[in-house]
Amino acid sequence: MYTQALNAKENPSPLGGPEDAQAAARFQARIDAEERIEPNDWMPEAYRRTLTRQISQHAHSEIVGMLPEGNWITRAPTLKRKAALLAKVQDEAGHGLYLYSAAETLGTSREELVDQLLAGRAKYSSIFNYPTLTWADIGAIGWLVDGAAIMNQIPLCRCSYGPYARAMIRVCKEESFHQRQGYEIMLTLCRGTPEQKAMAQDALNRWWWPCLMMFGPPDAESQHSDQSAKWKIKRFSNDELRQKFVDATVPQGQYLGLTFPDPDLAYDEAAGHWRYGAIDWEEFKQVLAGNGPCNRQRMKQRRDAHAAGAWVREAALAHAEKRARRAAAADALPQAA
Amino acid sequence: MPTTSLSLTETPLLAGILRRADDALILGHRLSEWCGHAPMLEEDIALANIALDCVGQARSFYAYAAEVAGGGLTEDDFAYRREAGQYRNCLLVEQPNGDFAGTIVRQVLFSAFNDPYYRALTGSRDATLAAIAAKAEKETAYHLRHSGEWLIRLGDGTDESHARARTALDELWPYTGELFEVDAAEAALIEAGTLPDPRSLRAGFDATLDHILSEATLTRPAGGWMQSGGRAGRHSEHLGFILADLQYLQRAHPGATW
Repeated sequence: MYTQALNAKENPSPLGGPEDAQAAARFQARIDAEERIEPNDWMPEAYRRTLTRQISQHAHSEIVGMLPEGNWITRAPTLKRKAALLAKVQDEAGHGLYLYSAAETLGTSREELVDQLLAGRAKYSSIFNYPTLTWADIGAIGWLVDGAAIMNQIPLCRCSYGPYARAMIRVCKEESFHQRQGYEIMLTLCRGTPEQKAMAQDALNRWWWPCLMMFGPPDAESQHSDQSAKWKIKRFSNDELRQKFVDATVPQGQYLGLTFPDPDLAYDEAAGHWRYGAIDWEEFKQVLAGNGPCNRQRMKQRRDAHAAGAWVREAALAHAEKRARRAAAADALPQAA
Repeated sequence: MPTTSLSLTETPLLAGILRRADDALILGHRLSEWCGHAPMLEEDIALANIALDCVGQARSFYAYAAEVAGGGLTEDDFAYRREAGQYRNCLLVEQPNGDFAGTIVRQVLFSAFNDPYYRALTGSRDATLAAIAAKAEKETAYHLRHSGEWLIRLGDGTDESHARARTALDELWPYTGELFEVDAAEAALIEAGTLPDPRSLRAGFDATLDHILSEATLTRPAGGWMQSGGRAGRHSEHLGFILADLQYLQRAHPGATW
């Protein structure tokens, strides 16, 4: 219902013959020349599928991500914090809407994408399957989760697909504001009472490793990266982005006076990088497989909200149809003298 | 911030400000409970937006209350350090969200009163209240429009949505009488030109409601018994749970800075 008719696909050749190959070559030449691909342009089906999957996963992550943070809106410790958190979660909803719209330009409707999420056929970021147990988690999510998201998303502002790239420009601006807000929460806690500082340390202990996992499996095991790099969807590898994040974040944590939960974390003078210990990829696999602490809870909340809202969406449609019928009937009436 | 609840001497002006502030905060709190659980993404955004407006209005009123009360109080002292019995909001705004129809009907009933109330408050002889109202009335006009349009969709939608809207209207109607009550403190402020007289807004409220309800194919419930007590601190059982959530961190870590 939401999909616009932008994508009457010009089937290049039913046989997949030379025309197909020519179109693909022209397409790749445009990508190599840093041109943006727009919704009505010809694109290989695999490019369309890859982007639909990536953009919709991104949208799902925004929507599921509203839950752990929304968890603290009613308990925010000051009115200023409450307003900021509410505005932040509202921003996430806005990002979700924006991204579903970008995905729709590739020919899949928002309903279909949401159905995929609710049926468990689509993924969302593993990070949102961890619980927000204290107020410091709101600070840690802003600082670390949004910080990691920005590392991932800044390069996407130059993604070859125009609608996604443009969406990312706006999303990144808001995310960087969220990240500063989160860090400021952590700073306030670290300058506060011993209990508050302990709360901040505990949050870092719980969120640090899951945040490193947000960048995805190590390059050696990544399934999608090569082709995505060629299509200029992904410009840096998982490990490159993870390293950038660690390098940027460790000094921030030190400034807070917090300790990273990694005894192997050490500065490599020669390379100019912070070296980190081994990531527990088994945990990552388990969370992706649905066994994280909150996977079932998050999906249940999304399904419950969707099911509870069904009668509302039906009512809105029924009313719109009634109005349209009444307007048509009024138009059909002979003009009164 | 000390551990204890605030001990306040409520002048009529302070009571008048706190009634507006508490209405806004508690309604904002209720609306914020929807965040992430609304029937559609657009409504997650819209309800969060209205909640944000309410929290913003509450902050403006509390800041003024702090100025009037003196003694170095802040907006947060009023929100986080008063007992349920010290809250001055009307009973309507603390009622649970219910289903989406319950939330929409509560919003229509409150906004149909509050929007013209704020507009009248822009003419207050109290310059601060007039300024807060001037900013807030643009927001409340949207709240009324948004919730009114939804009530029309629900009432004139499906049989189920009509029945749910009807039920919500019947359940919440007894909380509308309190909106128009005037006690001695309120009367003094009305007399001084500080606050508008809510009784003068009754006809407008009825007309607004009748207009929305007729489009929604619903009817205004007959008068009937009206609940009361919120303005004097006699609340429903719900408010205690709202404050248990809202005040938990401040109460658990007295004096901490957040």
